[in-house]
Amino acid sequence: MAEPLSQVVASMPRGRFLALMALFLGPAVAIYTLFSIYPLIATMALATYTTDSTGAYHFVGLANFVTLLTDAIWSKPFWNAAWNNLVFFAVHMLVQNPIGIALAGLLSLPGLKLKSLYRTIIFLPTMLSVVIVGFSWNLILSPLWGVAEGALKAVGLGSWFAPWLGLPSTALVTLALISVWQFVGIPLMLIYAALLNIPDELVDAGRVDGLGHLRIFLHIKLPLVLPTIGLVSILTFVGNFNAFDLIYSVKGALAGPNFASDILGTFFYRTFFGNQLQLGNPTMGAAVATVMFFIILCGVCLYLFFVQRRMRRYAF
Amino acid sequence: MLKQRAQSLGVHLILIAYSALALGPILLVVMNSFKARNAIFGAPLAPPNSDTFSLVGYAKVFKASHIGTYFANSLIVTLVSMGLVLLFGAMAAWALTEYKFRGSTALALFLSIGIMVPIRLGSVAILTMMRKSGLNDTLTALILVYVAQGLPLSIFILSEFVQQIPKDLRDAARCDGVPETRIFFEVIAPLLRPAIATVAVFTIVPIWNDLWFPLILTSSDSTHTITLGVQQFLGQYITDWNSVLAALSMAILPVVAIYVIFSRQLISGLTAGAVK
Repeated sequence: MAEPLSQVVASMPRGRFLALMALFLGPAVAIYTLFSIYPLIATMALATYTTDSTGAYHFVGLANFVTLLTDAIWSKPFWNAAWNNLVFFAVHMLVQNPIGIALAGLLSLPGLKLKSLYRTIIFLPTMLSVVIVGFSWNLILSPLWGVAEGALKAVGLGSWFAPWLGLPSTALVTLALISVWQFVGIPLMLIYAALLNIPDELVDAGRVDGLGHLRIFLHIKLPLVLPTIGLVSILTFVGNFNAFDLIYSVKGALAGPNFASDILGTFFYRTFFGNQLQLGNPTMGAAVATVMFFIILCGVCLYLFFVQRRMRRYAF
Repeated sequence: MLKQRAQSLGVHLILIAYSALALGPILLVVMNSFKARNAIFGAPLAPPNSDTFSLVGYAKVFKASHIGTYFANSLIVTLVSMGLVLLFGAMAAWALTEYKFRGSTALALFLSIGIMVPIRLGSVAILTMMRKSGLNDTLTALILVYVAQGLPLSIFILSEFVQQIPKDLRDAARCDGVPETRIFFEVIAPLLRPAIATVAVFTIVPIWNDLWFPLILTSSDSTHTITLGVQQFLGQYITDWNSVLAALSMAILPVVAIYVIFSRQLISGLTAGAVK
């Protein structure tokens, strides 16, 4: 540590140092605590209460959670939403991240021309609002407009077309693929940046040994960017288990058809605010948010304690 | 040599195909928004020409919605939030990296919770708070929430930048007896300018595009943001294809324009932030 700093800080009266820290840290800590941490805690606290017909709050302990997880009226939609959310996440992991990795691999090939143009175009959808993306795809896939059907017909696959967003069996996966289309830019950019950071000597060593681009990528580069792939996975997890906008703007709060595309975010919204079928219930809404918080927390902890620790060994 | 040519051609073909997939839907929507209804359905893939060109959708959007207000609201909310995130974030990042004091690591850890835990999960309590304090349905409510949401990641990123500033600079200033606050505002803050691009990507984009908080915190037309305003307009006019396509295009085009102008800074900011 540089000498002047410790001298300055050491020679500063304690009160003045505290005032300085309060000035620098005060605004950030105050806003963050008041509008981020406190609401989280207050929401969890509210989840242990219930309201009666007069609007008074009564402490009920964990009863709301028991209701949510076991009472068929609540548990059926809850487990449906949780399962759908898992499917939504699986589609992202199986489609978005491999495509992102592959595109990053191609873009990081040495001497590739037009690199920044491709990068700019492929990242463009990520910048747009989920609402806009959802609606645009809604129109494109609509049988009324017939653009998707026409495109399939042009390549001789016209019979494959179905109103995917409207069918219970395909709505969720279609929505997940729309989300993949939009957000493939994130794994692409993060992995691309990690690939650029690999020391040239390692790649050169592979080339001297006569490896082609593909094998250099699979055997040298990919293992080195595993920590970034871990990071991408946890970002995908948090984003997916917190998703709401896409389903809400394409399918509405009821996440149709017949709740086939309901995920935890839309379930939370319906529980909290109510909809055509039920009244809003803040305490049960808080319970749903608390469960979502613990799901996300589990994911983050798993990442921190296992994935990142194990991957440190490969870090360079 | 020939094999290399073929390989490079294959790579370009894949990248061109994917670029078309990424750009196609956006182009399709924007292109058709400038066409008359018959042409939208008759030949969706054809660009507008003198016969089919029409601005009827745009006219209707302007007449039937407060799109100007929504746009201004989004601009105010995004810029004010981003300014506060940058100012408070830089100050906190500086204090946490420059002065090590008892509890500074714990405080840094506390501030980093928000990077991973979405603030959305506290919505029930946020809405109650805003109602009680009379901030419900104001842009201030949105700004406060977005600043709280943006701070953790920006403090994390700005700390990386602060660490890269050569120590000699502030030590020289200290030897001259410059007070600590002036060292930050006059020596350090100007040097953090390159960090703005990085922080901007992570702050502006999510705020501009957010649907959730405007949906729960704003209820009147005068406080809707562009994302919520367009979402509600689309829901209402779903059968009027001209208006829907025009509204979508009006939400897409400003973002695309800004993105194209700043894409170099944005992408370098994104990749720089990703390195660590």
